[in-house]
Amino acid sequence: MQIETTINNKKVTLEAANDEFLADTLRNYGLLSIRQGCDTSCCGLCTVWIDGKPTLSCSTLAFRAQGRSITTIEGVQQEAKKFAEVLVAEGAEQCGFCSPGFIMTVLAMKNELNHPTEEEIVHYLTGNLCRCTGYMGQLRAVKKYLEVK
Amino acid sequence: MLKILDLVQPESIDEAYKVLTESHKSAVLGGCAFLRMGSKTINTAIDLSKLDLNYIREDNDYIEIGAMATFRDIETHPALKEHFNGVLPKSVNNIIGVQFRNVVTVGASVFSKYGFSDLITALLALDTEVELYKGGRMPLAQFMEESLQKDILTKVFIKKTGRIASYQSLRNSSSDFPILNAAVSKLDNNWLVVVGARPTRAVIATNASEKLSNGEDISNSAKAAAEELSFAGNLRGSAEYRKAMCEVLVKRAATEVMQCR
Repeated sequence: MQIETTINNKKVTLEAANDEFLADTLRNYGLLSIRQGCDTSCCGLCTVWIDGKPTLSCSTLAFRAQGRSITTIEGVQQEAKKFAEVLVAEGAEQCGFCSPGFIMTVLAMKNELNHPTEEEIVHYLTGNLCRCTGYMGQLRAVKKYLEVK
Repeated sequence: MLKILDLVQPESIDEAYKVLTESHKSAVLGGCAFLRMGSKTINTAIDLSKLDLNYIREDNDYIEIGAMATFRDIETHPALKEHFNGVLPKSVNNIIGVQFRNVVTVGASVFSKYGFSDLITALLALDTEVELYKGGRMPLAQFMEESLQKDILTKVFIKKTGRIASYQSLRNSSSDFPILNAAVSKLDNNWLVVVGARPTRAVIATNASEKLSNGEDISNSAKAAAEELSFAGNLRGSAEYRKAMCEVLVKRAATEVMQCR
């Protein structure tokens, strides 16, 4: 089936099977920042924004992108770079496999929550798993980026 | 692997029901997060996205939740945070992550009567009704007892009675499925005790509810809940463990309700 959608502010028409999930469709389109890790909807690696909301693209059927606005890390490169620099400075990036999904969730949180507390940050990021860093570096980086005292 | 041979996006609920009943091996799609983990083949998948069922509304008497509202909508809606001691947002806000809760829908979770559901347990402790296209409007407790029919759940209604509730769950890790969950609520002298993830579907513990309503102490009532309900074992815990923890969770929930003003 054909899906008319907007990806990173560009109107596109995608071709997808009825039972194809958005992560596969976006990767076939060339957006290789989207990773798939768990296959059980719990790792957050495939996070993209659908109409600005962080969403698991591995669990969203592709046809549901019809008429919606999809944002991947390729669409927010400047802001992602700013945060990624803090992430690196805090030693919070090792293999980097989870970074695109993690960064998309952090940027969504920045848009959604005003001055989040540490507890709110941790809660918002629970759905992004990282098997390298142990999370403390990530938390330091997010707090520094958001200037949380 | 999930297989969908044909997909329809009806413009009306009548059309959706017609497809559901006329097509062999048809199914209504919810968020699909759970469906993707199975290997079901659906001949005709019915997507309700065009029926404007993604909403939460409040009027003087009820909070109405459309079937396509997501768990994240429940978690962030101001009226649901304000009413019933915020029990509904509390019941869903530890389920995996934000990006998962933006996918999962209320209608699919309630209609499927998942045993592990956090939301159903909390809803059962409130004055909740569901509306089915064919079956009409009925209390959630009645719907939970009926066998699954080919129907479409369109709305959930929660009466704004001023009921105060508490939700408690036991998990291996904070974002995992619950090993056991419980919700207790109180409206004047009427108490409701609900226990779910036993691991079978949530039910009202009627003896325990009556005991609390008759003014018996919390410990005895919590014990009654553990005695009257059945529990089974699975990977997350044994029947004996669940039974022991039932008493603990009900006691915690009832104590919290008692302390609410």
